Amino acid sequence: MAVEADLLQEFLAESWENLGLLDTEIVRLEQEPGDAELIASIFRTIHTLKGTCGFLGLSRLGEVAHSTENVLGKMRDRCLDVCPSAISIVLEGVDRIKDLLRGLEETGEEPVLDSRDLLHRLELLSSLAAPPRADRTLVPPAVAPVSPPTPVPAPVEREIEPAASAMPRETATVAEKPDAVADTPVAKPVDRPKVPASVDEAKSGVADLSIRVNVNVLDRLMNLVGELVLTRNQLLQMVRGDDESRFSAPIAMLNHVTTDLQEGVMKTRMQPIGNAWNKLPRLVRDLCQITGKQIELEMQGAETELDRTVLDAIKDPLTHMVRNSADHGIESPEIRRQRGKSEIGRIQLHAFHEGGHVIIRISDDGSGINRGRVLRKAIENGIVSEAESAQMSDSEILRLIFRAGFSTAEAVTSISGRGVGMDVVRTEIERIGGTIELSSQEGSGTTVRIRIPLTLAIVSALVVESGGQTFAIPQLAIVELVRLSAEDRQKIERVHDREVYRLRDRLLPLVSLTNVLNLEEPPGASEEDTNIVVVQVGEEQFGLIVSEVFDTQEIVVKPVGQLLKDIKVYQGTTILGDGRVIMILDVSGIAATFGGLSSELKARGDTDEGREDDDRVPLLLFRSGSDIYAVPLGLVSRLEEFPTKEIERSGDRLLVKYRGNLLQLVPIGGESGGLTASGMQQVVVFSEGQRSLGLMAEEIVDIVEEPLRIHMPSTRRGTLGTALVGGHATEVLDTQSYLMQADPQWFRPRADKPPRVLIADRSIFFRNLVKSILEADGYRAITVETTAAAIERLSHDGDFEAIVGEVLPPDSAGITLPEWVRGHDRFRRAVVLGLAAEQNQSPSLQTLAGEFDRVIVKFDAAQFRAVLRELMSARGLSGECA
Amino acid sequence: MSVATTAASRGSLAEQPRNQGVENQYVSFWVGDQLLGIPVQVVQEVLNPQTIAPTPLARAEVAGLLNLRGQIVTAFNLRHRLGISQPRDGKPFLNVVVRHKGESFSLLVDEVGDVIRLNEETIEPPPRTLESRWRSVTRGVSRLEDRLLVILDVGAVLNLN
Repeated sequence: MAVEADLLQEFLAESWENLGLLDTEIVRLEQEPGDAELIASIFRTIHTLKGTCGFLGLSRLGEVAHSTENVLGKMRDRCLDVCPSAISIVLEGVDRIKDLLRGLEETGEEPVLDSRDLLHRLELLSSLAAPPRADRTLVPPAVAPVSPPTPVPAPVEREIEPAASAMPRETATVAEKPDAVADTPVAKPVDRPKVPASVDEAKSGVADLSIRVNVNVLDRLMNLVGELVLTRNQLLQMVRGDDESRFSAPIAMLNHVTTDLQEGVMKTRMQPIGNAWNKLPRLVRDLCQITGKQIELEMQGAETELDRTVLDAIKDPLTHMVRNSADHGIESPEIRRQRGKSEIGRIQLHAFHEGGHVIIRISDDGSGINRGRVLRKAIENGIVSEAESAQMSDSEILRLIFRAGFSTAEAVTSISGRGVGMDVVRTEIERIGGTIELSSQEGSGTTVRIRIPLTLAIVSALVVESGGQTFAIPQLAIVELVRLSAEDRQKIERVHDREVYRLRDRLLPLVSLTNVLNLEEPPGASEEDTNIVVVQVGEEQFGLIVSEVFDTQEIVVKPVGQLLKDIKVYQGTTILGDGRVIMILDVSGIAATFGGLSSELKARGDTDEGREDDDRVPLLLFRSGSDIYAVPLGLVSRLEEFPTKEIERSGDRLLVKYRGNLLQLVPIGGESGGLTASGMQQVVVFSEGQRSLGLMAEEIVDIVEEPLRIHMPSTRRGTLGTALVGGHATEVLDTQSYLMQADPQWFRPRADKPPRVLIADRSIFFRNLVKSILEADGYRAITVETTAAAIERLSHDGDFEAIVGEVLPPDSAGITLPEWVRGHDRFRRAVVLGLAAEQNQSPSLQTLAGEFDRVIVKFDAAQFRAVLRELMSARGLSGECA
Repeated sequence: MSVATTAASRGSLAEQPRNQGVENQYVSFWVGDQLLGIPVQVVQEVLNPQTIAPTPLARAEVAGLLNLRGQIVTAFNLRHRLGISQPRDGKPFLNVVVRHKGESFSLLVDEVGDVIRLNEETIEPPPRTLESRWRSVTRGVSRLEDRLLVILDVGAVLNLN
């Protein structure tokens, strides 16, 4: 079979287009079996397909199309009842046709599929048809008189369902003209007056006015228009302010034409959203069949147009949400009856334009969302803690559904899968610059509202400057601009280390773009006006501080290159009118990486939020007596509160029942009992394995992020020294000494020779900290200050199982610690562990980090221990030495 | 600095006599005091110094982006990639624009040299003692009359993973 390639392509394109509509039409037919026009349309589609198959010599495809067409022909002639099971068989036929087309598309050959069983059933179905009805007035089947079933032919027994429901219907009036039409319904469809020839005419009229264009051609056109827009912008900039220029008039004209052209080309890429909905009726129908639910799908605004890239992007999320509604939302008919609702559930899809956006609303009248269940699930999955959950508002609870790792489906069904769910939907929608909101009334249904841009290729964007560089922010994300004069700058207030601004009745979190992008603040910036770009991400807003705001421009979004695509804060690049290349910022990326949003912060705890300075450490501040103490948050396992009356004295120890065990409490800064009078005792809990220790604090003051530098060494037991935290002298707690005090056995004696670890770190505090952690685990730890000192030590003392050092650029001698260690064979087996101040290293440090066996974040004691143990045992060194 | 256009060199490539092994052409350029070469086929064009737009947060190997007649090209800091530390004293770089996996990159180089014709058989494997970073991006070394030409594997150079 040699089908010409382009002919085949043409055939495939046309067939897919027609079949796309077919599913919807067939399902509609099931609901409105009397719609003659609909049957005629379906029949015509299959008939055309069959005809082309014959022409191209596609025999297998032709066969299936023929049999399907026969059944449809009988239905059209009202010899065959349009009932669910008959429709099921027709749909099976359509599916098989699609399978064959798909194979054809992939290989260029008709795939060999065994369709005998299906063909047999289709033929059986059409053979059951009664002679055609004479009166071709369209009587709905429910009203039509139905005779008792005629005997069923023997072979049909295998196919009980379809056969039983495909009962031929006898009509009251006998056919006037029992001609051959029933057998060859293809013959003369034009003969039938009720098969509206007018529709045919109308169709051909449309067909004459439209041509099929390859999408690549349109994409190319779009790109060219993009370039043209850029050139136009350049020209406009050149003549701006020069009214005398003799180019002004033609450029103004060019401007108009370009704008029109841009709009025109955009239009060619527009497609009705109905194209994305085509599959849904079929989906819902199949779902009903599986679950026994009754669901009516209502679609409004299918003609609403969208750019095809946007359309492609929302197809899957839409399908997912409709499936969710049908599977989880709508209840079974029994339950609906009990709840006093109509047995038939409703899912409504509604699309319409609003501003430069398309709004899609998906609502169902199902069971709605149970807040309690959502919360339970979120707590189970560790998305929120119980304490947080108690304070959440209704809308916050509903928003949990969009969080990763969340799924409320108690039973995993074949339909909705494993509930990878709504977080994926949200990500998809946000990726194309859209937003998604959910509202739900328990017992009466759920509504999801999606707002998406019309097009992605050309967007309107605000051009801003920060740190002397220019960036674009898509207008879509911007809510408003706030400008503060230098005097008004003090209106920016601080909560911990976060800047906020009182914008009317609420607190707007602020993020400085220079911080986000690690840019240098140009000198004198503080004397100038401050510009805040208020942006919206999901339902949250935050303010982006920039130094300068320029105008809004239509920019052509170009994708970011391979080497930049991992940077989340950019969504693309563009070329400005003056030829400069600038980055387009992705505000949701900024929100995500910078953790600037309150809910994200709350949920993740304050331990791992983004930070801008290298050696900042989250510190827990608490008060005891008149002193403020600080301890790295990474060492603290929990903060607790116990009623004083529950604290018991045993000998000279204070104990409290805690998680089924006894927790020893140790007062800070002395032996003076330390119990607070208020009735509640604040306790900072340190844990290691099964053992815990509580330090009694009078008051937890704050959690801050500060570089930890000990300015004065300690003069008393229990502290490492004094540091400046938030401008105040703060005692830095020596946790080791308290742990020793509470339980001298905490640092267990070891049996044989302990593994030795060398620690090189500039900070005395950190050296001691690591030393204490390691010695607690039974290692022997030696500390040095610099890379040079470490190398010196290693040169004459080769007996180290592990070497721990900071991730540092090469020192003055041009060498890094891991590089040196690697160059010496006797350390071949040694574990080389890097410590970094933060997770998101600057790129240059990332390269350096590659030289270590592993790099972990400073101050995470648990991880440090686990990684060291893991690496050492992997090398056959005794990592487990206690 | 004389660089044949790619189209012309491709044409002459086809006319090579086949009996002395395959000959190929390499665009040579300097980074620091190292002479490097890449196959002429991957080179799209050579440009004078260009304005390079910064890309904050990008890896150190990415110098920024430049606008090549409406096409956005990623400027690639070869010095950093190869760990060549000689300072450039703020002198602007020339651009050797290469095409790789459907995307254009501009390799930032100090000077562009001749297009050198090499018999493939004379290209030797990289020396064993070469630092691993260099070994992973070097396809071979060719002994020219007065110096060595290190032939780079462009794909490996641009692969930062």
